Amino acid sequence: MNGVHDMGGLQDMGPIQYEKDEPVFHAEWEGRVYGIDASLRAAGKWNLDTWRHEIELLPPADYLRMTYYERWLRINEQLMVKHGLVTPRELAAGAPDPGSAKATPALTRAAAASRLNRGIPSNHDPAVQPFFEVGQRVRARNLNPTGHTRLPRYARGKVGIIARDHGVYTFPDSNAHLQGEKRQHVYSVRFPARELWGEHASPRDSVHLDMWDDYLEHV
Amino acid sequence: MAHAQNHEHDHQALPSDPALRVKALESLLVEKGLVDPAALDALVDTFEHKVGPRNGARVVARAWVDPAYKKRLLMDAPAAIAELGYTSGQGEHMLAVENGPKVHNLVVCTLCSCYPWPVLGLPPVWYKSAAYRSRAVIDPRGVLREFGTHVDEDVEVRVWDSTAELRYLVIPERPPGTENLNEEELAALITRDAMVGVSKVPPPGDKA
Repeated sequence: MNGVHDMGGLQDMGPIQYEKDEPVFHAEWEGRVYGIDASLRAAGKWNLDTWRHEIELLPPADYLRMTYYERWLRINEQLMVKHGLVTPRELAAGAPDPGSAKATPALTRAAAASRLNRGIPSNHDPAVQPFFEVGQRVRARNLNPTGHTRLPRYARGKVGIIARDHGVYTFPDSNAHLQGEKRQHVYSVRFPARELWGEHASPRDSVHLDMWDDYLEHV
Repeated sequence: MAHAQNHEHDHQALPSDPALRVKALESLLVEKGLVDPAALDALVDTFEHKVGPRNGARVVARAWVDPAYKKRLLMDAPAAIAELGYTSGQGEHMLAVENGPKVHNLVVCTLCSCYPWPVLGLPPVWYKSAAYRSRAVIDPRGVLREFGTHVDEDVEVRVWDSTAELRYLVIPERPPGTENLNEEELAALITRDAMVGVSKVPPPGDKA
């Protein structure tokens, strides 16, 4: 989706606001949102790609105005309703509907800890063949899907070189929509800064992006 | 909160006090058996007290003093980082990238906020900001200048946009004047910003 979240290369976003000795959470509620988010993800109704896409679906003006954890709060509310974990009325009331079912075993502290350590599955899978190899020139495809993608606009149509094969990963464009994992190779692709940004960029500089097989084509 | 039935189409601003809203949400979810407050306490405690840039600093300091460790870190970062006991989520697939006389690495996530949690903790606000995410790829040298970091014209600035599940840790250059420091003293010099690549590690005694 060509959303406002896809920010690489935008200009005039202002100076970087640096906070010295920044706390991990700026208010207690931010930490609670972080924990609620992790707990709900552990409940397994949605995956990380679904979650990312939900953030991207925030209306652009809201996305830009909200703080980071305000976005997390909003999208967790939306995901819970979409996936039937809570009703809008429960959210508004802050209490369960009369007779509403209590969920399967509550996520205990131990389960949360193991969830933090479980992470993303192995990237080794000899059954999945790579379509490209290190050193090869490739073009990022000019794709404009309306759903989730991790192919930033600024790289589309540009030519780079495969710098490294990272192994096999779930394909976010399908996984976000619960349409299958479509596991495939991901590569580090090196793009010269001038290929991306034109003659005013430094001739030495480069940007490396991690790209799935389905994002690339032969040159 | 009165228009419950319109919630899904309600894109008004959040109430000015998200604290109240989160409190209500947490109590709802506890009642419904969807979260355990002790689990939330543990997660908050983990990131406030256990996981953070001090972990990354120990990894980098070890790499500076132990060439065999650095080699393992560059070959297989998750395994080398796990040797020091750091194994939490968002670090299963990591790459350590080394600064040197001819290359300066800079890490960004233009699409959101991907960041190597086990070694750096949760990202600071500036890392997640529109200003940093938009400009790090198109004008990395301008971003570096904004952080007060000078990189010579003949040095390649190599930006890593974390668009997949790989997470990046920059191994900064060891500054001059640190030959006699031990690993712990070195770790104390190494900053989060240097491990993201927006800064260099200052020589000892330099308060820049």
